[in-house]
Amino acid sequence: MLGADELVINMGPQHPSTHGVLRVKLKLDGERVIGSECIIGYLHRGVEKIAENRTYQQFAPYVDRMDYVAAVSSGLGYCEAVEKLLVVEAPPRARVIRTILTELQRIASHLLWLGTHALDIGALTPLFYCFREREEILKIFEKYCGARLTTHAFRIGGLQYEAYDTFEKDVERFCKDFESRIVEYETLLTQNRIWIGRTKGVGILTAADAIAFGVTGPVLRASGVKWDIRKAAPYAAYDQYKFEIPVGTTGDTYDRYLVRMEEMRQSRLICLQAIENIPAGPIMAKVGKVLKPPPGEVYHAIEAPKGEIGYYIVSDGTVMPYRVHIRPPSFINLQAFDRMVRGHLVADVVAIIGTIDIVLGEVDR
Amino acid sequence: MLDKVLFYFFAAIAVASAALMVTRRNVVHGAIFLITALLAIAGIFLQLRAEFLFIVQIILYVGGIMVLFVFVIMLVNLDVALQQIQFARKKWVALLVALALAGQVGLMVWSSGKMPGQGLPVLTAAAAEHLPPNSETVAHSLFESYLLPFEIASVLLLVAMIGAVVMAKKRT
Amino acid sequence: MSAAIQATIEFVKLYWAPLLCGVVIVAILPLIVGYIVLVERKLMADMQARLGPMRVGPHGLLQPIADALKLLIKEDIIPDNADKLVFWLAPVLSVGAALLSLAGLAIGPAFQIAQDINIGILFVVGISALGIFGIVLGGWASNSHYSLMGALRSSAQLVSYETAAGMALVSALLFTGTLNIKSIVEAQSKEGIWYVMLAPVAFFTYLVASIAETNRAPFDLPEAESELVAGYMTEFSGFRWSLYFLAEYTNMIVVASVATTLFLGGWLRPFSHVPWLNFLDFVPTLLMVAVGAYCIVRVPKQPVRVQQMFMMAVAGLCFVVGLVLAVPVLVPIAKPFYAGIHGGFWFIFKVSLYIYFFMWLRFTIPRYRFDQLMRLGWHFLIPLSIINVLLVGVALIAGSYFNLHGWGLLLVTTPAAVIALVAALLILAAEKEHDERQQPNTASDFYAG
Repeated sequence: MLGADELVINMGPQHPSTHGVLRVKLKLDGERVIGSECIIGYLHRGVEKIAENRTYQQFAPYVDRMDYVAAVSSGLGYCEAVEKLLVVEAPPRARVIRTILTELQRIASHLLWLGTHALDIGALTPLFYCFREREEILKIFEKYCGARLTTHAFRIGGLQYEAYDTFEKDVERFCKDFESRIVEYETLLTQNRIWIGRTKGVGILTAADAIAFGVTGPVLRASGVKWDIRKAAPYAAYDQYKFEIPVGTTGDTYDRYLVRMEEMRQSRLICLQAIENIPAGPIMAKVGKVLKPPPGEVYHAIEAPKGEIGYYIVSDGTVMPYRVHIRPPSFINLQAFDRMVRGHLVADVVAIIGTIDIVLGEVDR
Repeated sequence: MLDKVLFYFFAAIAVASAALMVTRRNVVHGAIFLITALLAIAGIFLQLRAEFLFIVQIILYVGGIMVLFVFVIMLVNLDVALQQIQFARKKWVALLVALALAGQVGLMVWSSGKMPGQGLPVLTAAAAEHLPPNSETVAHSLFESYLLPFEIASVLLLVAMIGAVVMAKKRT
Repeated sequence: MSAAIQATIEFVKLYWAPLLCGVVIVAILPLIVGYIVLVERKLMADMQARLGPMRVGPHGLLQPIADALKLLIKEDIIPDNADKLVFWLAPVLSVGAALLSLAGLAIGPAFQIAQDINIGILFVVGISALGIFGIVLGGWASNSHYSLMGALRSSAQLVSYETAAGMALVSALLFTGTLNIKSIVEAQSKEGIWYVMLAPVAFFTYLVASIAETNRAPFDLPEAESELVAGYMTEFSGFRWSLYFLAEYTNMIVVASVATTLFLGGWLRPFSHVPWLNFLDFVPTLLMVAVGAYCIVRVPKQPVRVQQMFMMAVAGLCFVVGLVLAVPVLVPIAKPFYAGIHGGFWFIFKVSLYIYFFMWLRFTIPRYRFDQLMRLGWHFLIPLSIINVLLVGVALIAGSYFNLHGWGLLLVTTPAAVIALVAALLILAAEKEHDERQQPNTASDFYAG
């Protein structure tokens, strides 16, 4: 009954560990997974179709709702894509503030990932510590633009809100505290035998496979490929700051964990460098109230916390885009799930889903 | 008086459980009744002041062997077996044999003590206060007088365990 | 029939005290377990930088009562094709085994329900092993493939770690020469040293094995919610689930009590045989007074009047308990009660420390995967405990040859412990090498062609 045959079991769409409405069909041989199939679409909301019926500015809040965990990054990608269409550049001050907020969002997204991933593997406590730090970041966001989660922080052409009075001080205080917090998380997990046992060698994705699948982000970097859009094709103000790209070696879950931890540290360094010198000046470029980009198409990608988020916008000269296609990092990364999970035990499936760091809002759009 | 009542209580449970066990259709129910029968026997051991046997019966028989039985019952699909009517034609033969056996045992019990050497041996109970501690007595005899059989039994169990592990391994 | 009634009267006349003890404990145990759960939730909250239950009653103290009420009035759902007899029986078996094994434990020199069993420790360990049936039958009765798998896993884990736990207990029992619980503690009193010092490796092994025995983190894969295979408790709701829960926490108390009795000196005060350390007798009282003083200090900081009054009541309770603890020490007439009251205090204190350690582990470390769990049990703990029994036996023989007693035995047992530790490290190194030799995931290239 339990050893001889192949068994197909279903996980989700309601499951505490799939991080959203993801349905995974696993084909098991006894305890080992010999095949899997991800069934998505439970959260499909037709965002790309909606874009065809909204003006460029009206569509911006929709973009936040895709990756609701890292709304600021998605917003940055969209605004920069439209700015590319309009051949307009946001002023330097806006670029720097955008960078700071995006890096803070990267930290917040990784914190959420860490907490939930650790929870899935059984460590109950890091979740609360991570949310404590994430709370600080969300407070900064709230003070800046009024919203914590779906921030709509940026506008096409720059920023709407000026950085509030104590913005630099808040960010500096957070960054100063954050170093010791990362040490706290690492003390709990990095050298822990059980953590290493659950994550080392689990879900290995080789570099060749990663590139073949189109995987991007920390998953790609953990497999050994040094590719980060912030360095390869710098946007916002990233070319002004010095930071490292952490790269892993084996591409297993432990490496992805280490890469994301190091990324949090690097983001913190970027923030500290940025707040030392925020240039004065306007925060909004000269764009009209009604945006009618010239007909053409653009593809603009940025490094979101989960990977490369790309916006392909086709404009036909009217106030509404002709087509908006979003390349979500989670969707593309999820393709590699089958590759990563074969040969592993059932208990590893949960760890592997967690380590890809998916958000179903982004996968399904 | 208390002794007697306790004995009859445990004995009744043992007999009833045994009877229920062999008549259940559902195998898991049968296993549960076997467990209660074994627990009742353990109770009788306890009532006879053989506390070591009592706990060993529970740990090994109930907690080990019955767990093994229950595992096997749950891992093996028994629905097919249950569908077959097994002993339909042999019911009467079984009844005859059971009656014969019961007759023989009853004869033995009835003739106990009638003439020296006949039937079941009649033992006199030692007074409860004079009984040596059970575990020590068993340990002394196991490790002093019967050491060789004990070691042979251990080796036998080890061989059985190794055999089971080897047979259960997948052919890779 | 009259014989039965006569026998019952005889029984009650002989054993009315233990019977009363038993009834009282069974009656208040659910309450105690409920408050242990509350302590766990508050501790978890504290370690996670939050407050825990605060709303139901001052500082959440009525939370267990609210939870119990909720569980009692919940709808009793039985799955469709579930076997009704077994579905009813399974939680009852679990709880029954746990409560029965509680009967063999001695909280103080006078508090024991099943008095003076010659096979004391064996009784406790053996009966608590009957709880396995509660788990296996529970998984079976749920009529769900996943529950069954979870139940079989859980019981496989229990059975594996029982061996290691038993061997660890054997190493400590070698020192006592008897299985009787009171004699074990008296032996520790006579030797003047707790067996945790003489057999530390055994204590460590028993600690780890008991965590696995009670299905606590990091060995709680069979009942974790985020795992794929649902645990055996999934289909049990309401009162049945609370029975399983009660069984789990009672098992925790039982293993903690066994460890305390065997390794931590039972109801003995630290250094109970050293007369010039007798001022340690005041430690319980001082502890209670300190807790009471802390409560008084925190009274003004409470936001709500109810909480303030409650804190004062708790402080008062602590002072009363402190007084009760001080009386047998100070007042000569109450000397006979010293053993009982102080014994009870020290025993409960040590059991609480042990359980605190369980809870601390649960909040700190992640969970083992099932195969890693089994590997740890069979490849590491069982060989270690067997080697330890051997080494402790050799140490004992050496000790009796050189006529060592009490603290002198440390001379022979410490080398034994060191050798056992070295053996443990060697086994771990071998396991690590085995891990590293495992090939990475080389699944076939299914995109070819």
